[in-house]
Amino acid sequence: MKHCDVIVIGGGHAGTEAAQAAWRMGAATILVTHKFEKIGEMSCNPAIGGLGKGHLVREIDAMDGVMGRVADQAGIQFRLLNRRKGPAVQGPRTQADRALYRKAMQAEFTERDGLQVAEGEVADILIKDGRITGVELGDGSQIKSSTVVLTAGTFLRGIIHIGEKKIPGGRMGDAPTVRLAERIDSFGLPLGRLKTGTPPRLDGTTIDWGRLDKQEADDDPTLFSFLSTSATAPQIACGITHTNPETHGIIEKNLERSAMYGGHIDGVGPRYCPSIEDKIVRFADKSSHQIFLEPESLSDDVIYPNGISTSLPEDVQQAYVKSIVGLENVRILQPGYAIEYDYVDPQILTRRLSLEHVPGLYFAGQINGTTGYEEAAAQGLVAGLNAAAEAQGKDPITFDRAEAYIGVMIDDLVTRGVSEPYRMFTSRAEYRLSLRADNADQRLTPKAIALGCVGYQRKEYFNQKMDALLAAKSALSERSLTPTQAKTAGLHVNQDGQRRTGLEFLSFQGVGYAELKAIWPNLDAEKYIIDQLERDAIYANYLDRQSRDIDAMRRDEALTIPLNFSFIGISGLSNELQDKLQRIRPETLAQARRIDGMTPAALTLILGRLKQAQKAQTA
Amino acid sequence: MNDTIFARATGIGSAGVAIVRVSGPDAHKTLVSLTGKPVRARVSSLRVLRASDGTKIDQALVLRFGSGSSFTGEEVVEYHCHGSPAVVAALESELALKGLRLAEPGEFTRRAFLNGRLDLAQVEGLSDLVTAETELQRKQALSTMSGRLSSNIVQWRECLIRAMALVSATIDFADEDVPVDVRPEVEALIETVREALLQELKGLPYAERLREGFEIAILGAPNAGKSTLLNALAGREAAITSSIAGTTRDVIEVHMDLGGLPVTFLDMAGLRETEDKIERIGVERAVERSKTADLRIYMGEDAMAYLPMLEEDILVSPKSDIKSHGKGLRVSGVTSEGVDKLLHRAKKTLLSRAVLGSSATHARHGDAIKGTLEQLDKALAGLDELLEFPELITAALMDAADALSSLIGDVDVEHILDEVFSRFCLGK
Repeated sequence: MKHCDVIVIGGGHAGTEAAQAAWRMGAATILVTHKFEKIGEMSCNPAIGGLGKGHLVREIDAMDGVMGRVADQAGIQFRLLNRRKGPAVQGPRTQADRALYRKAMQAEFTERDGLQVAEGEVADILIKDGRITGVELGDGSQIKSSTVVLTAGTFLRGIIHIGEKKIPGGRMGDAPTVRLAERIDSFGLPLGRLKTGTPPRLDGTTIDWGRLDKQEADDDPTLFSFLSTSATAPQIACGITHTNPETHGIIEKNLERSAMYGGHIDGVGPRYCPSIEDKIVRFADKSSHQIFLEPESLSDDVIYPNGISTSLPEDVQQAYVKSIVGLENVRILQPGYAIEYDYVDPQILTRRLSLEHVPGLYFAGQINGTTGYEEAAAQGLVAGLNAAAEAQGKDPITFDRAEAYIGVMIDDLVTRGVSEPYRMFTSRAEYRLSLRADNADQRLTPKAIALGCVGYQRKEYFNQKMDALLAAKSALSERSLTPTQAKTAGLHVNQDGQRRTGLEFLSFQGVGYAELKAIWPNLDAEKYIIDQLERDAIYANYLDRQSRDIDAMRRDEALTIPLNFSFIGISGLSNELQDKLQRIRPETLAQARRIDGMTPAALTLILGRLKQAQKAQTA
Repeated sequence: MNDTIFARATGIGSAGVAIVRVSGPDAHKTLVSLTGKPVRARVSSLRVLRASDGTKIDQALVLRFGSGSSFTGEEVVEYHCHGSPAVVAALESELALKGLRLAEPGEFTRRAFLNGRLDLAQVEGLSDLVTAETELQRKQALSTMSGRLSSNIVQWRECLIRAMALVSATIDFADEDVPVDVRPEVEALIETVREALLQELKGLPYAERLREGFEIAILGAPNAGKSTLLNALAGREAAITSSIAGTTRDVIEVHMDLGGLPVTFLDMAGLRETEDKIERIGVERAVERSKTADLRIYMGEDAMAYLPMLEEDILVSPKSDIKSHGKGLRVSGVTSEGVDKLLHRAKKTLLSRAVLGSSATHARHGDAIKGTLEQLDKALAGLDELLEFPELITAALMDAADALSSLIGDVDVEHILDEVFSRFCLGK
């Protein structure tokens, strides 16, 4: 029988990142998945990053995770979203070649000492005296471990809908994992049902590209990994087309044949990624919707028409797709479908993504009610780090809302739960101005180095960059001008007698490093350091206020609520709120504050009870 | 809030009925032990109250409210007993014997607030209502307590959230089918809130006046008949009246209910040049105090030399019973000639100002509004760079909403996303 520290079930984006994170922590790790060749599969839209999502990928990379550098090797259309807006809201994104992505991800699992892949289906999770002890595979063999990370995606009672047709299975062609679902049921977890959809896949050779607008890749690609230097795959363009009144007419006429509108689906779908049926019903006044035609790979002709996911029957899909400009003669390679699946209400989880009442068991990815590769991978990172830390007897590893989007997401999930598949947006981060994609390394790599989950190359690169940044900053801080001198030098500044340093001038509008170098010619720094200085300076004047908020939040974050603390019977607290608190079990006062329906008064009561409990303990 | 509190809810002294209110986890238990049997909620029941030694305290109407449907949000019981101090004292000491505690001032309201039954603005309204002395004060307090300010804030916040949603849509859904030029709508939303807040700020002094009372200064030369007039106004001998010039050196205040308006008349030292140091201080003080009053009554034109008359101030020709000349409204404190006219004019003037009053009624409201305006101005200034730095606008708007919310509650990012999703068709 095999033994290891951490078993990760599932080879999707959460599973791969979890296994890699556990392994980097030095834990002996086994990833169990159906087939090695499926590792790194992108089952939905072949793109990585975006707004909020790109931030997550950068953060994963700052922790020396794999998603960023794998995406850099597979990227075939890098675009920095919001390129013309402030750096806080810029999000790197790329179209990714499916085959290149799989290849690069699988390479991360080849010849790694202490990281193995076991092919097979997990049939059961082994438990002894209430604690996780390993897993049993479909062939009856067992693997023992201290902790298990479950990344079951949509495999839990997944049902695929194509019109009236229903096919059990998490993804086209995969068997459902019914027995594992039964085991999970036995944990008595609160489950909910969600749905998501995909569009039909098109044969690119049958598209009339000449009639379509193009969206090109950026000339100067912005990559994900702080370690990557250039895009390695050739860059391609996407096509753009639109639905029209004819398309809408066909869909309207057949609405009752859609799985979603025919009453076949109970799950809740995401508002930001609606099916084409949804769009036409909810926004009836719009006569046209945009569609991006995204090549899935350099090595085949499959096109992903982003914007028309559907659960209509195949013949209707044929009809409406052909009504679209440029797609008149298109061949559908695989029909679009909707998928319904079970998710675990993440409010039951701790901030480490573990289950309190089944020690050693972690959940990550879509099973927790999220959508998207990046959200899955970021959870995988957190679960993997903690599964390893627990196996090694180390302290829990958590992220707070002020240090990372990862922290925002985990806190949202475990504190507020989900009502639709959860996707990251920059608007979710209240400290958006300081949580930027460009400073993810400054925010997180020191933490990763302290945890010991960082490779030599990352550490060297980061330390060099920080040294260079610090040197450039001190050079600017050491130089200063009076307002009169500044005026003479052509800088617009209040004549208030206040002497200002070069670093302060950098935060002025219209003052860049070049202007300062004109004043002090012997200033010198590399371009990437100058870029970083300028980005940091943009928000300098706004961050003071934010850092006061952060301090207040962290004070509450430091007030931890013990695991055995009972919210039941706190007088003055409504029964509803007591039950909610008991269910969510906030781990800190700050987390309690963020629970929906919480009042300042209720917090005061909780704090009072906390102090009482502390007193009772020390007495 | 683990203990149960009680307090007499009606005034001190003998009365037909006195109400003793009890709130807390033991309120119902105590009721049963006093009456010997359960009492239905929200129905008045006539019960004999007995002390634990069996002696009868009183026969009283009792009212029971369940937690969640009471004023404080806790179990509440009201004892409507006979209003003699002895009965109330007996009941109170029995309650104390049963382990209940005499409430501190404002404790019932504090519990209502802590239990989320009232928000902060409503608490302020309630406390104003309890102390309201005049009809208009009562109306003002009632409107604050029933949430006029709170509901205004909710509306303004909705505007800000919508503005944030519009800007956020251009940030988070930049590569999708959302309108690029959201500026006109965002600007209009911010302006709407800004206008309303400026209006509130303008009305705040009047609303505060209505809450705290208006001041009317009576000024004139010594022995011009100020004090006699005041006495006639008040209908009682409030100020010392004598015919020796310079009697009134300190400011004397007479409070009145002027047709629903709380008004304080100020009688002060007569205005004249004098060698007397103490009298000179009195004159200076009179002028200073008159400046800050809401309205001034000039007893004769010579007073205008000390303080210029403002537009709505009233010039009076005093002692009309013995003098027949002089400009202004003819008034006599002795015969009461013109007094009604004078009161009517003062009332009309102040009433027109009270109407201007805002839903904000406290200085604290003003501070929050000023903080909000500051952020709104920042957001407006940022609109020129809406395309380059939308995140700075949302940051300012979020701070604005936070400042407003300090009056009632919190803004949540979910509200912004809800707004975004309900307005735009998103998803490629």
